[in-house]
Amino acid sequence: MALLEVVGIGKHFRGLRALHDVSFSIPQGAIHAMIGPNGAGKTTCFNVVAGVYKPDGGSIRFDGKPIAGLRPDQICRAGIGRTFQVVKPFPGLSVLDNVVVGALNASASVAQARKEAMRVLELLHLADKAKHPAASLTLPERKRVEVARAMATGPKLLLLDEVMAGLRPTEVDEMVAVFRRVNQETGLTILLIEHVMRAVMALAQHIVVLHYGEKIAEGAPQEVVKDPKVLECYLGEEAL
Amino acid sequence: MNMLFDGLPRRALVALGLFLAVLLVAPWLVNAYILSLLVVVLYFAYAGQAWNVMMGFAGQLSLGHSLYVGLGAYAAAMMFTKFGVNPWVGLLVAVATTTAMGAIIGFLAFRFGIGGVYFAILTIAFSEFVRVGFDHWPWLGGSGGLFLPVANLSSNDLLNLRGAPIMFYYVMLAMCVAALGFCRWLLGSRLGYYWQAIRENEDAAAALGIPVFRYKMIAVMLSSAMTAFAGVFYAFYYNNLFPEQIFSMGRSIEIILGPIIGGLGTLIGPIVGAFVLTPLADGLSELLQWAGIDVPGVKQVFYGICLLLVVVFLPNGIWPMLARRLGLEREH
Repeated sequence: MALLEVVGIGKHFRGLRALHDVSFSIPQGAIHAMIGPNGAGKTTCFNVVAGVYKPDGGSIRFDGKPIAGLRPDQICRAGIGRTFQVVKPFPGLSVLDNVVVGALNASASVAQARKEAMRVLELLHLADKAKHPAASLTLPERKRVEVARAMATGPKLLLLDEVMAGLRPTEVDEMVAVFRRVNQETGLTILLIEHVMRAVMALAQHIVVLHYGEKIAEGAPQEVVKDPKVLECYLGEEAL
Repeated sequence: MNMLFDGLPRRALVALGLFLAVLLVAPWLVNAYILSLLVVVLYFAYAGQAWNVMMGFAGQLSLGHSLYVGLGAYAAAMMFTKFGVNPWVGLLVAVATTTAMGAIIGFLAFRFGIGGVYFAILTIAFSEFVRVGFDHWPWLGGSGGLFLPVANLSSNDLLNLRGAPIMFYYVMLAMCVAALGFCRWLLGSRLGYYWQAIRENEDAAAALGIPVFRYKMIAVMLSSAMTAFAGVFYAFYYNNLFPEQIFSMGRSIEIILGPIIGGLGTLIGPIVGAFVLTPLADGLSELLQWAGIDVPGVKQVFYGICLLLVVVFLPNGIWPMLARRLGLEREH
């Protein structure tokens, strides 16, 4: 059974059709990617799933239950963790405390949350920055804090919105290794929006392509990148 | 108990102990004027601590905290003068009243997404509504004021809060210590983490599973509940209540200057702020009076200058700088 099942969702902002009749599903334990040109509606799609926007129509089922229309905090507690494309750290708090806030979602006590937060920080190679204020980090580091915070909430599904942007190729490979490891060890299901194709090709078992708010293609990575529609609107002839 | 002092360096504990010891013996060493000044300092330290819960911890700016002081004061004074109920039982009525008021304001604001400066304006508006209401409520004295029977200074009656300034001093000191301990506990609890997350970024807080509305409501209600005691104290210490004074916006500003100058969101900031501001402002007025210079509003101008200096030179307030210099910072 699919962990996340999105059927025919749409979202309008006044006159702008940001999403139209988008459907996809992610099986338990899979890693899927969502790609498409800027403005294709990828982040809007995340925001609809994460409860920031109510969809105009369609249905979203997570773990067998309908979640469309729930608030973001309810959706997080249901088991969906997300990062923000434009990072939103808690700048005045230390890196550790940033992650502790996330970990409290799945912990009975603050002490337990701190332990869990430290574990996640180590996983993401942020342990040495634990006591630094989040405001003092570089952008790639802040993106990793976003990931750490979302992972600490103990999600079943992790939504990653362009967390590889701005990373050097070696750093991308490092992150890819982290996600692959977490996915294999804990069975965490991941949906990532990503422009860095190096990461997409290395991680995703399945790709959904959005363009002007509609799904124009989906399938295995090797097939999708050869799809003429995808090449035309996004990847270009030279891709790969 | 252990958690309260966790991570504090030894010298910070020593400094805290010494400071408390000085405050404990101070009333026996100083004259009546200094004692009365210290009572006011402690009053502002306590009220500042209560306000800091809402703004410093949870990031919700209240510019109308005199509302809770006034309601607390009137509630307990009413119970005392009209029904002969002692102030400690009256405190329960006061807390219930201010908490309900805080809940109403919080609900209206947070339910309808009023935040930032608009929330601050709402707090001012409510404070003004209530002031006008009390101005026109003859049963509680209206604009002519509500008076408590003046204390018999020769005996201290703690149960009825009737007595000499020294008794009020120790009562307020005890409440300041209690408030400090309580706030320390709050900050290290789930509540404290959630509040700070909301203060730093509401959207991110919600994405991490925090029911933002509920936790903002808790902040407002706890802060207004704590402030009620400042009001009860005010009523029984000064023995007279005028809506024009106690609900005035100037009073609200006085409450928030301490924590802002001392260090917003810190535990010691409200205390440092009160100890710096109140004596300086009062000393300045005394000095001018002694010199025979009559400058109306000199206190307000002084507050303004202090605020300016802190904003320009110490945007985080006095305490974070002081703690760093003296090596009193908490280690994680």
